[in-house]
Amino acid sequence: MGFRTRTLLMVVAMAIGVGAVIVLTALGEGARRYVVAEFSSLGTHLIIVFPGRTETGGNLPGMLVGRTPRDLTIADAMALLRSRYVLRVAPLNIGSAQLSRGQRSREVPVLGTTDEFAAIRNMSLSQGRFLPAGDPAAPQSVCVIGDKLRAELFGPEPALGQWVRVGDRRFRVVGVFAQQGQALGFNTDELVVLPIGSVQQLFNQQSLLRILIEARNRDALEPARDDVRRILIARHEGEEDVTVVTQDAVLATFDRILRTLTVAVGGIAAISLAVAGILIMNVMLISVSQRTREIGLLKAIGASGAQIRGLFFAEAIMLSVIGALIGYVLGELGVAAIGRIYPAFPAAAPVWAITAGIGTAVATGIVFSLMPARRASRLDPVMALARR
Amino acid sequence: MISLEAVERVFQVGEQQVHALADLDLEVGAGEYVSIMGPSGSGKSTLLNIVGLLDRPTSGSYRLDGRDVTSLRDEEQARVRREKVGFVFQFFHLVPRLTALGNVELPMLLAGIDAPERRRRAHELLTAYGLSERMHHRPDQLSGGQRQRVAIARATVMRPLVLLADEPTGNLDRAAGHDVVEILEKLRDQGATLIVVTHDPDLGKRAHRRIRMVDGRIASDQAVNP
Repeated sequence: MGFRTRTLLMVVAMAIGVGAVIVLTALGEGARRYVVAEFSSLGTHLIIVFPGRTETGGNLPGMLVGRTPRDLTIADAMALLRSRYVLRVAPLNIGSAQLSRGQRSREVPVLGTTDEFAAIRNMSLSQGRFLPAGDPAAPQSVCVIGDKLRAELFGPEPALGQWVRVGDRRFRVVGVFAQQGQALGFNTDELVVLPIGSVQQLFNQQSLLRILIEARNRDALEPARDDVRRILIARHEGEEDVTVVTQDAVLATFDRILRTLTVAVGGIAAISLAVAGILIMNVMLISVSQRTREIGLLKAIGASGAQIRGLFFAEAIMLSVIGALIGYVLGELGVAAIGRIYPAFPAAAPVWAITAGIGTAVATGIVFSLMPARRASRLDPVMALARR
Repeated sequence: MISLEAVERVFQVGEQQVHALADLDLEVGAGEYVSIMGPSGSGKSTLLNIVGLLDRPTSGSYRLDGRDVTSLRDEEQARVRREKVGFVFQFFHLVPRLTALGNVELPMLLAGIDAPERRRRAHELLTAYGLSERMHHRPDQLSGGQRQRVAIARATVMRPLVLLADEPTGNLDRAAGHDVVEILEKLRDQGATLIVVTHDPDLGKRAHRRIRMVDGRIASDQAVNP
């Protein structure tokens, strides 16, 4: 096996190892980012606040446990905007009332909230717009109705701008929900949404059923949750009589699974580096045996064992580093190619993987060259020179 | 210069012990021209290796240039080898990947001498041996005689006190061999102690002191006045 072949083999082994680490971890990371991004677009930076504290006994939030929980108020909800992790808030109340227009009327669920609710829940409208912005506590005579209700009340005639009656008050229709829309788990087709101020007036009730909060992004979720708890406890005179829940347990699990997957995949790729290391050791042993005469000669002209060891060591390190760098370049090219073919897949090798990959490569080169280098330095010069 | 006392060298070959050298005493003064001859297996090469610090005696003592070098540590041995001894081999043993110049620079590289000085000395030496045209050629581009001359240049670039040659003309034709011997003798004229191990009686006869070895011992040791 010639000198060039041996050198090439060692470099290639390292390059493949490092390249594999980069490409594989990029795939794992890409999968993770893809899933998180998809979930994020569904509005999963969601925090929900319930009045009352759940005991571990499994009581439903909102039930009395020992002491009367304070009401959640609109002011509470707006105070939460103070946190820099919070993007939007929407206070919520639900009741049911009679919706009527002319002769037609029926009992409908009524949702009271603010303009931000549609953004938080990604709701889509087929006509018009959602509730207008404005002072959340003030009643406004506008409403948004579900598609089925529109059909029932207006038939083929336009609904926007028309007046309907909810309970004993009149509201102008400013928007119609798209068919089969979803809000808090039930169908919007038969839902009426009113400004929360109006709902409070309608049902004569100041307390909120829920507060919906959207955090700025995935990483802001936990800090936002902590801020929300803190603010509310402070507003409730030190009582922690609210329950704050992040609605992304599933996403957290996914994230954890995929991160673990990426590490596992990186680990598998690292095994290939260990294999590369063993290859290097073997190639170097061959090298030592083929260069026996040369080593004997070097010793004969005065090279010490340490110098011989250093020679082989330095060669191995240099080749490892060169191989690792080539592997890095090839790996990144591979990742770029994946990005070209699947643009929607955000593959990118995480920095920790690149560092670990290159570091392991160089360390492998060092460790697996120790034995051959030592063997080279121990050669007896007389016997080494006698070899043909 | 060289003083060997009660030197034994025993090799373990399988189950048996082979006495390559047995109870050998030898004194060589500075500047002497010695030839060592004898049949195969008589221990001539082993003796040369011990003198050249490539090998250690199993027992006995070796003093080189007034210093006891019998049991030096690996590093020290390498240093003395580098500074005091020049070895010329039958099969040249040049590094195939290096040019003639590179080969001659090698001992200086190991000694830590800086590049310009290395280059200068190597250049000088190769020119003196008539190889100025061939300095940048690799060994496989040189003839046998040229290779041996490069080897001698390498052996002498550190100006050693002792020059050891193990069958230096064994692989060369008559003309090339003649050139090599002339160079070696000229070096000895300049003050080096020259010890030549050879099968060739003509070469052996040129030395002023002829040692004959048989079975690991010195059978005869004749000084001849030139």
